[in-house]
Amino acid sequence: MKSVNEMKLSFPSKSCNEAFARSAVAAFIMNLDPTVNELSDLKTAVSEAVTNSIVHGYRRQSGVIYISGRILENGRVTVKIRDKGCGIADVEQAMQPLFTTAADEERAGLGFAVMQSFCDKVRVTSTVGKGTTVTLEKLIGADD
Amino acid sequence: MIKTEFKNSVLTAYIQGEIDHDSAAEIRAHVDAAAQSRKPKVLCLDFSGVSFMDSSGVGLVMGRYRQMKLLGGALRVKNYSDNIYRIFAMSGLESLGVLR
Repeated sequence: MKSVNEMKLSFPSKSCNEAFARSAVAAFIMNLDPTVNELSDLKTAVSEAVTNSIVHGYRRQSGVIYISGRILENGRVTVKIRDKGCGIADVEQAMQPLFTTAADEERAGLGFAVMQSFCDKVRVTSTVGKGTTVTLEKLIGADD
Repeated sequence: MIKTEFKNSVLTAYIQGEIDHDSAAEIRAHVDAAAQSRKPKVLCLDFSGVSFMDSSGVGLVMGRYRQMKLLGGALRVKNYSDNIYRIFAMSGLESLGVLR
């Protein structure tokens, strides 16, 4: 399907950029006239993915996070969040609700569960030592 | 970002703005410091001023629940929006009996 609009972002893996990333994605989909819930859902999912890259992907080392967004003709939005961090050995296990490798940092282990619940589709590809890509897909305008 | 009030052994923390992994650390430090000095029977987290929360907020609530248990007190969470409740509901927080 044809893209109506596209955007690309890259920024250092600093936690202050979590707010920047979700706000930038929210601004990108603004002309689709999303409902408050749709906007909140996508912002939350993006925040989870970016936080994962910072906390787990780069393990608080500095790295770069890449986001690319696409709006398709039918109002479908895809947002790809990519890092070149440590990667995930077992994606299926990582996606289990409440699974976390950072319990002592008060991480609830809900990141992927939230992404899955707030988006229509979540795809995760990862290679150990190379990095992780999370693709979020959500139809904007479905709430009407 | 946060205002606290201590009355009748209840410490209420009014959280303002957005809760994510970045801001949660600061909120946690602030609330824990207030709880350590006041030693309240009940710590109440008031979410009425929270405009956004991701799952970092669940970690924040669970951590304060444990903290209050150690101090021999209880935790309450109140005035959260529907969107925030959806994330709480996914976490199983309801079974702790802290949501009001």
